[in-house]
Amino acid sequence: MDQNENTVWQSEAMISLRNLRVSYGEREILHGISFDVKRGETLVILGGSGSGKSTLLRTLVGLENPTSGEIWLKGKNIAAISAAEMDEIRKKVGMSFQGGALFGSMSVGENVALPLREHTKLEDSTIEIILRLKLDQVGLAGFENYMPSQLSGGMKKRAAVARAMAMDPEILFFDEPSAGLDPIIAAGVDQLILDLKKAFHMTIVVVTHELASAFLIADRMVLIDKGNVIAIGTTAELRSSTHPRVRQFLDRIAEPEVSQELDYLQMLTEENPRRGF
Amino acid sequence: MELATQIGGSVLDGLAYLGALANLGVRAAYFTFVGPFRGRPFRFQRAISQAMQVGVRALPILSLITFFIGLILALQSAYELRKFGAINYVASAVAISMTRELGPLITAIVVIGRSGSAFAAEIGTMKVTEEIDALETMAIDPIHFLVTPKFVAMMIMLPCLTIWANSMGILGGALFGVAQAGFTVHRYVIASLDSLFLRDIASGLIKSVMFGITITAVGCHEGLSTGAGAEQVGRSTTRAVVVSIFLVILVDLVFTALFFFLSER
Repeated sequence: MDQNENTVWQSEAMISLRNLRVSYGEREILHGISFDVKRGETLVILGGSGSGKSTLLRTLVGLENPTSGEIWLKGKNIAAISAAEMDEIRKKVGMSFQGGALFGSMSVGENVALPLREHTKLEDSTIEIILRLKLDQVGLAGFENYMPSQLSGGMKKRAAVARAMAMDPEILFFDEPSAGLDPIIAAGVDQLILDLKKAFHMTIVVVTHELASAFLIADRMVLIDKGNVIAIGTTAELRSSTHPRVRQFLDRIAEPEVSQELDYLQMLTEENPRRGF
Repeated sequence: MELATQIGGSVLDGLAYLGALANLGVRAAYFTFVGPFRGRPFRFQRAISQAMQVGVRALPILSLITFFIGLILALQSAYELRKFGAINYVASAVAISMTRELGPLITAIVVIGRSGSAFAAEIGTMKVTEEIDALETMAIDPIHFLVTPKFVAMMIMLPCLTIWANSMGILGGALFGVAQAGFTVHRYVIASLDSLFLRDIASGLIKSVMFGITITAVGCHEGLSTGAGAEQVGRSTTRAVVVSIFLVILVDLVFTALFFFLSER
């Protein structure tokens, strides 16, 4: 483990993926993904529907187990650690879910304070102060007593970010931050991500298929297609890429719609689907 | 051969299901009895609010149903007893069938309808909206946070509700006793109490604790195994109710048989 740690950590990488493979049942979704996320950068994982980008994110936060490969996160290979060690890492990692995933039975304030109440022995008054601070950072000051159902889509997402930041994480993950939001609200969420990066120098990983948003917030991008990394680089590098699939994705060139079930499954898995079913 | 394979498969599935329920129960027991000594405090507040929901709010409907059941029992047993001029035994017939069997069973069925289904729907919805995932990414164990308080609330409230149901059933019987069998309320209650042994009441309460464990385990397990999409929540809720009713009756049979052979001597 030590020797691995050295090779991986020379690069100042916050997260390192090495030949990561993930399967659901017999269907392999990710076919050997490798890349690094550097400390303090915003990395956007781009990909179409069914490309495996959401599975990749779920694997990064430990919600799915890889079939093989390594995920180095804060110096530990989370593909091979105990549940207790994973919990320690999770306290330093924040995740903002697509729909917000706020607990409907709790107020916004209780949602944001939950990780603090669970994992720290802070006084209620201290938690109250942190809570106000976090809500202020996401532009929701004064909304602590609202229930999630009373918030608009954009506000829910902001509240979810506040909750993800409650424990002062070093890494923040976003799943489709602008999904389901109108362009103006979505731009607000993009701005929030930029602000967080500027203010806290956090390492941020965003999964999205929104090109405009991706190019605005990213330092570097990874383009995933059918479970493989097909391009990785800065926004400028990606823009000048000549890879046909990258061009197709960035230039938004339509693909003939698949209408056959087998073609669809094949498109998703790139395997002969008859084998897996 | 085909049939044998199918039967074998179903038996294995059934055992795997029971295994999953047992796993859930054991983990909840760990968080109740061991967790607090390992720095994972027990959630009294959540357990109390669950107990309110499961227990106290069920009282009006449960009272009404068990009162009627007591009355029905009195009518049905009087139909037979009066042929022998033994209508006075209505009190003991009602009291014994309520405390040994119908009190715990009707309570369990009301609680399945109110709370078993609610557990599955609540946890299933949280699963669909990624709230369970969110708990996990915050290093909060969903079993500790969601399931354990429900187990504790159920195991405490179900016997309490059963005692209440027993009393309401006897009261329902008393209505018939007073109106038709020449009892006074006081004499009816005395006659009921005289006919009961402690083991009648205790066996019913032990059963009700087991019912509580079964209902919570099934409701929470169905919730946690909800797939993606809103219609899956409905499916989980339905399954929670059907499976709970079946398993409660099965547990009832096992324990009734057990008590029968234990008291035989």
